[in-house]
Amino acid sequence: MIGLYSPGRSVVHRAPTLLKLVLLSVGVVVIGVLQQPWQLAVAALVVLTLFVIARIPPRAAVAQIAPILWMLVIVVPIQGLLAGWLVAGLMAGRLITAVALAALFTLTTTVTSVLEAFQRMLRPFGRWIDADRIGLLVALTIRCIPLVTEIVTEVLEARRARGTRGSVMALAVPVVVRSLYAADALGEALVARGLDD
Amino acid sequence: MSTITFDAVSHAFGERQVLRGIDLRLTEHRIGIVGANGSGKSTLVRMINGLVAPSSGTVSVDGLDVAKKAREVRRLVGFIFTNPDNQIVMPTVQEDIAFTLRRRGLSAEEITQRTTAALHRFGLAGHADHPAHLLSGGQKQLLALAAVLVADPKVLVADEPTTLLDARNARHIGDLLRSMSQQVIVVTHQFALLEGFDRVIVIEHGAVVADGVPEDSLDAYRALLA
Amino acid sequence: MTNRTLAARDLAHIAIFAALIAALGLPGALSIGAVAVPITFQTLGVMLAGAILGARKGFFAVALFLALAAAGLPLLSGGRGGLLWFTISPSTGYLYGWLLAVVVIGYLTARLLPKYPFWPAVGATALGGVVAVYLLGIPVTAINLGLPLWVAIFDSAKFLPGDLLKVVVTVLVARQVHRAYPGLIAPLARRSSSGTAPAQVDSAPTA
Repeated sequence: MIGLYSPGRSVVHRAPTLLKLVLLSVGVVVIGVLQQPWQLAVAALVVLTLFVIARIPPRAAVAQIAPILWMLVIVVPIQGLLAGWLVAGLMAGRLITAVALAALFTLTTTVTSVLEAFQRMLRPFGRWIDADRIGLLVALTIRCIPLVTEIVTEVLEARRARGTRGSVMALAVPVVVRSLYAADALGEALVARGLDD
Repeated sequence: MSTITFDAVSHAFGERQVLRGIDLRLTEHRIGIVGANGSGKSTLVRMINGLVAPSSGTVSVDGLDVAKKAREVRRLVGFIFTNPDNQIVMPTVQEDIAFTLRRRGLSAEEITQRTTAALHRFGLAGHADHPAHLLSGGQKQLLALAAVLVADPKVLVADEPTTLLDARNARHIGDLLRSMSQQVIVVTHQFALLEGFDRVIVIEHGAVVADGVPEDSLDAYRALLA
Repeated sequence: MTNRTLAARDLAHIAIFAALIAALGLPGALSIGAVAVPITFQTLGVMLAGAILGARKGFFAVALFLALAAAGLPLLSGGRGGLLWFTISPSTGYLYGWLLAVVVIGYLTARLLPKYPFWPAVGATALGGVVAVYLLGIPVTAINLGLPLWVAIFDSAKFLPGDLLKVVVTVLVARQVHRAYPGLIAPLARRSSSGTAPAQVDSAPTA
């Protein structure tokens, strides 16, 4: 499972996932309450330093933050007119800094270890939630993504071959029906392979 | 070899009667089952490990009633399906093979050891950490086979295991099935797969219409198709 | 099979629908309007999960999808993923809204089955897929961007035509699927007629 992970051996990469999660939450809250431009500048510098320590390729970092920048292009002027430019600038700065911090977490933590951390956080609810089943479901879903993607692609191609384009229904019905059949077959295979042992 | 018995087995899906009064005793090493689409042969073999429970009658494996002891029976009977894509349940090749073992509560060491052995035996060693969906169709069926045989069942049931494969891969899977020490029960439309089998059963409209050595049964089946 | 453990077929349904929501994010995001929250077919997947699998299985499917995206798999439309989309992004609330949506749609659909009349079904699906989603989505956009609520409301209007279309598609698809494939959701309207549920693996094989 690669996901958005950017491989590395830095301190940021090696820090325990739960610790990183806690620091991330604290960081986001702190950034959220900053009121002075100089405080924000310090926070931004800290985050930037972390990126450097983790040796994240600038490209990977920008790809994570870019979608938010697009939103800001529109939002900042609106807010500038409504609430003043200082407030608008601070809001934009806080958002970018917090987003960068969250992106850093995702870039330096493998999907597997995040899922393990999630599972550990669910442990106190063990009476209601079967951690074993959750783990199985996660793996099964990751397995199913290419399976269903293939179904969607095939249906799209069949539709193109028949020249019936446009209708969402002509896409959705066969995709759902074929997915359900695949699910039945998978269910059967799970039983045959001893799921209920 | 195990003894699999069907005792007055009938089955209906709603209104549709798929099997009528089947009595069989399967003890041979390699058994083929042929029949037209919808003849009931897939339902028949699914009863051997309890994927389908008969509407009436009993199926047993080595004296274990499948309806009552499904778990025990599934440890004895491995099953491979037509479409390996729907049988692979884990993201990577190695994880998928290990899945079957992990359900058995084996030690981590033993799981690794047996998984590695299976990877080598089926020529998948170079793909251990690869996502299973990137394998070719033939490799996927090999993975399905590996993932079932790693648990060392006494019986292997295969429902049209080569239907979706090209000729070369079909031959390869056929050779593997033939060379296995386990009892093998194969449903197929491809007669070549049944070469060297000990017994072939022909199913038509939910009943056994021919049963014997492959040559005789397949002649009877061809006559039926003509 | 007890109620607490999920049967194999249920697990497969959940995983397949979580994967379906992911697959529907592939064609790519389309941005319209001022505050860009990408429009995707993923919300169609969420509505379908509720209308086809019901509240319980549907909820698990959506939760699983969101958990994988939060963990860093690039599954949100446009290849996005990671915790930021679940915490400080302006579109955060909409994602949590999906969890509410699937439960509302699943519960109401179970009440409408087996008849599943068109207009009530549209109402039920819209209540979950639009009202519930916006109920969580709009305030969070306002909070995370520090905007007044009315701007966020105004902004969300750009989703409305697409979302209403998805509601109708969901109902039409669910209708055909429930007819062709009964028994996916146990109808809630009548008292459960004791134990008529078929054995979970006893489905007709294809050959």
